[in-house]
Amino acid sequence: MGTPENGGGGPEQVLADLGLGAVAAWKQRTGRKAVGHFPVYAPLEMIHAQGALPVSLFGGWGQIEIDHADSRLQSFVCSITKSTLELGLTGRLSVLDGMVFTNICDVARNLSGVWSRNFPAMMTVFLHMPQNVESPSARAHLASELRRLSASLERLTGVAYDPARLAESIALYNQDRDLLRRLEAVREEKPWALSAADWYLLLRIGTVIPKEEHVRMLEDAVAAAEASTARPRDGVRVLLLGSFCEQPPLGLVRQVEEAGCFIVEDDFVLGQRWHTRPIREEGDPLEALVDAYLGASRPSAVRHHGAHPRQRHLVERAKALRLGGVLFCTAKFCEPALYDYVLQKDALEAAGIPYLHVEYEEKMSAFEQPRTQVETFVESILFN
Amino acid sequence: MTAKPEFRDAAKEMQKEMLARYYGALSTANEDRRPVAYLFIPGNVVELTTATGFLPVYPEINALQCGIKKVAGDLILAAEDKGYSSDVCGYVKNDIGLMLKDRQHPWGQIPKPDLLVCNYSGCNTFIKWFEALSEFYGARLYLLDIPYVRGDRASPSDIDYVVAQLRELTEVCSSVSGVPFREERLREILEQTRRAEDLWAEILELATRRPTPFDSYFEAVFYMAPINILRGSPECVEYYRLLLEEMRHRADEGVGPVAEEKFRVVFEGPPPWPHFRAFWELFKKWGVSAVASTYSKVGGLYDQGVRHDPDRPLESIAEYTINCYTNWNWRMRSDLLKRYVEHYKADALVIHSVKSCRSFSVGQADLREQFMHEYHVPTLMVESDLADPRYFQEAQLRNRIDAFFESLQHQRMVTA
Repeated sequence: MGTPENGGGGPEQVLADLGLGAVAAWKQRTGRKAVGHFPVYAPLEMIHAQGALPVSLFGGWGQIEIDHADSRLQSFVCSITKSTLELGLTGRLSVLDGMVFTNICDVARNLSGVWSRNFPAMMTVFLHMPQNVESPSARAHLASELRRLSASLERLTGVAYDPARLAESIALYNQDRDLLRRLEAVREEKPWALSAADWYLLLRIGTVIPKEEHVRMLEDAVAAAEASTARPRDGVRVLLLGSFCEQPPLGLVRQVEEAGCFIVEDDFVLGQRWHTRPIREEGDPLEALVDAYLGASRPSAVRHHGAHPRQRHLVERAKALRLGGVLFCTAKFCEPALYDYVLQKDALEAAGIPYLHVEYEEKMSAFEQPRTQVETFVESILFN
Repeated sequence: MTAKPEFRDAAKEMQKEMLARYYGALSTANEDRRPVAYLFIPGNVVELTTATGFLPVYPEINALQCGIKKVAGDLILAAEDKGYSSDVCGYVKNDIGLMLKDRQHPWGQIPKPDLLVCNYSGCNTFIKWFEALSEFYGARLYLLDIPYVRGDRASPSDIDYVVAQLRELTEVCSSVSGVPFREERLREILEQTRRAEDLWAEILELATRRPTPFDSYFEAVFYMAPINILRGSPECVEYYRLLLEEMRHRADEGVGPVAEEKFRVVFEGPPPWPHFRAFWELFKKWGVSAVASTYSKVGGLYDQGVRHDPDRPLESIAEYTINCYTNWNWRMRSDLLKRYVEHYKADALVIHSVKSCRSFSVGQADLREQFMHEYHVPTLMVESDLADPRYFQEAQLRNRIDAFFESLQHQRMVTA
C-alpha cells in the first residue's frame, strides 16, 4: 500500500506527515493548486475537474499540542477544529491554496469565518448545502452554490468550468467509490479478510493523494481482499456510527476489533463515499452532482433526511447486516453525533438491538478503558 | 441618579400581563383544539403561522423562562438521564426535560405541537432539536432552510430560495390547521409587526444618549420579549409605544440604569439566565451600562434596517429570516460590533461566551483577538452558560470582571 510517487511510506506514514509532504510533492510535480476541505462533504469532483487536488483535513493525527488555537477557540470545541486551526496558525497548511467549508455543524460553519480572517491569502469558500432536501427549490439553490464554487476555483486555478472535464472527474470518483464499495462488501461478508484498521487507512489515504493513484491502490487491495483465503474467525458483527467527521485514533479502531468485534459497516471518512449510488455520468454533470446530493446521500448526522429519519434507517441496517450490536463511536463535543445518539439508541432499544457508546478525542493515547468497555459489550452479546 | 419608580415600571407591568395572557392561552390550547406551531426565535415566520390559525410556542423562550425561574437544572438533568450528553445545548435539554415532565412550565402547561416549523436560521442544533420533537410528539416537521450569509449581504438567489419554501410552507400550514391562507390577513399582521419594529429600533437608538436611559443588554433582553413572543399583534405595538415614551422620559430626565454611568460597553453573547441578577450586579458595581448588545438582536436586526413589509410580504419575511444575527458570517458580526462601539461611543467590548450555543460562541475568542489587536478596543471575555446553572462560577467571574474594569479605570486616570 505504499505511495512510491510521493517518496514512499505506507498510508500511516503519509497521513502522519501533518505538513502534507505528499501534497507538496504533487504540487511541485504538477505545478497545480491544492484545496483543503473540512470534512464531511465537499464537491470533490468539481475541485478535481478544475485542476486542483482536494485534500481532506482531519486535524493533528494525535501528534500535536494545541498552543495557539486555544486562544482562538473555547475549551468545549472538538479536537479536529482546534488541531486543524493549530496546523494553520503554525504554518503547516501553507501548502494549501484554498479551503472549502460546508454547514455540517455550527462549529465548522463558524470556523470558516475564523479561517478567512486568519488566512486572508487563502481562498475560503463556504457552501450552504440545502437541508430542506424535499423542497423542489433546493435543486436551484444547490446548483447555484456549485456554480459559485466553480467560479472561485476558476479564479484560483485558471481552469474554467468545463462539463466534459467534470463528467470525467465524476467517472473517476465513481470508479474510486465503486472499489470502496467492493471493499465494504468484503468487510460485510468476510471481515477477517481485511482488518478494520487496514480498511480505515485505505479510506483515509484517499483524502490526500490524487484520486488516480488511489484507484490503483484500491484495485490492488480489492483483488487481494476478494481473493483472500484467510480462515474465518469468530467475532461480534457491529456497525460503527458517529465517526463521520473527526476520526477516531487508529489505536482505537484496532482495539475495537481486538476486543472481539468485526466492524462490518462504519461511517469513517464519510465524505469519500458520500453517495448511496454512482453519480449519473450522462447528461449535465453539474445537475448530476445536485441530484446525487439531494437524492442519494448516505444518512448522516450532518444532513436532515426528511421523511425517513436516520434512527429508522439504522434499525433497518442492523437487521439487514445481522448485527450483534451497534457501536456509537463519537468525537468528544461532536454535537451532531451526540444528538443523533439519543434517537438512535432509543430506536435500537425498541428493536432489542444492543449498543455501546464510546467517546474519543485526538490526544487520547491509552485505550484500556474503551477496550474494556468493548470487551464487556462483546461478552454481554455472546452470553445473552 | 437611578430610575424613579414612576418611570420604571409601566412597560414592565404591561409585559407581565401580556405574557400571562399568552401563557394562559397556551395552557388550554390543546383542549380548546387551537392548532399549535412550535417555532424558534431567530428568523421565525410567526406572521405566516398566525395567518393560518396557529398559536406559536417558542421552546427557547420556555427554556429561558425556566432559567430565570431557577428550574432549569432539574429539567436538564432529566434530559441527561434520557441520554443527552453534558456537552450539548442546555436549551434543548431544558425543553426535552419539560416534555418528560408533562410540559409543566412555571407559567403553566405548554401545549403539544401540531406542527414544528424549524426555521433553521443560524443554528444547526435547531434541526436536531425539532427532529427529536418530531419523533417524540409524532408532529409534522417542516424544515425551512435559511442559507447562511456567505458574502456581505443576503443574495437575491437566497431570497428566492426562501420565498419558494415559504410558498410551500403556507400550504403545509393550511393543511395542518385547516385555515386557508389569505394574503390580505398576512399583510394586516405584517403591518402590526412593522410598527413594533419601527418603535423598538427607535428605542434602541436612545442608548446613544449619556447616560443611556436603559441598559441595552440587561434591560433590553427583557424589553425584547414582546417583539420576540407577540410580534404581529396590536398589543405588541402598544407596548413599544409605551416603552418609547418611558425611555424618552428617562433620557430627558437624565435617568439611567446605574447610579453613575462610568463605563459604556457593548455586549456580545447571551446572558446566563439562571444567574441573571448576580451577573448584572458584577457589572453594576463598576458603573457599567451596556449601550448596545447583539443578544437583544437575536429576534431581528431591526436597528440595522431589517423590516417586515406588508407590501412585499413573502420577500420581506425571507429577508428577515436570513438577516438574523447568528445567521450573519463572522465578518458581518465583527463589523456590526465595531459599528456599535463607534456609534454608541463605548469604552469596551464584553463577550459572554456560552457553551450551549456554539453558533454564538465559536469565533468569539478570535473576535477578542481582532478587537484588542486590530481595533485596540479593550475587550473582556468571560465564560459560563445561558441555560445550565452548573457553569456559572461566580468568584472566578468576579475576579475577571473586577480586574478588567480596574485596569480600565487605571488607564483612564493615567491618561486624564
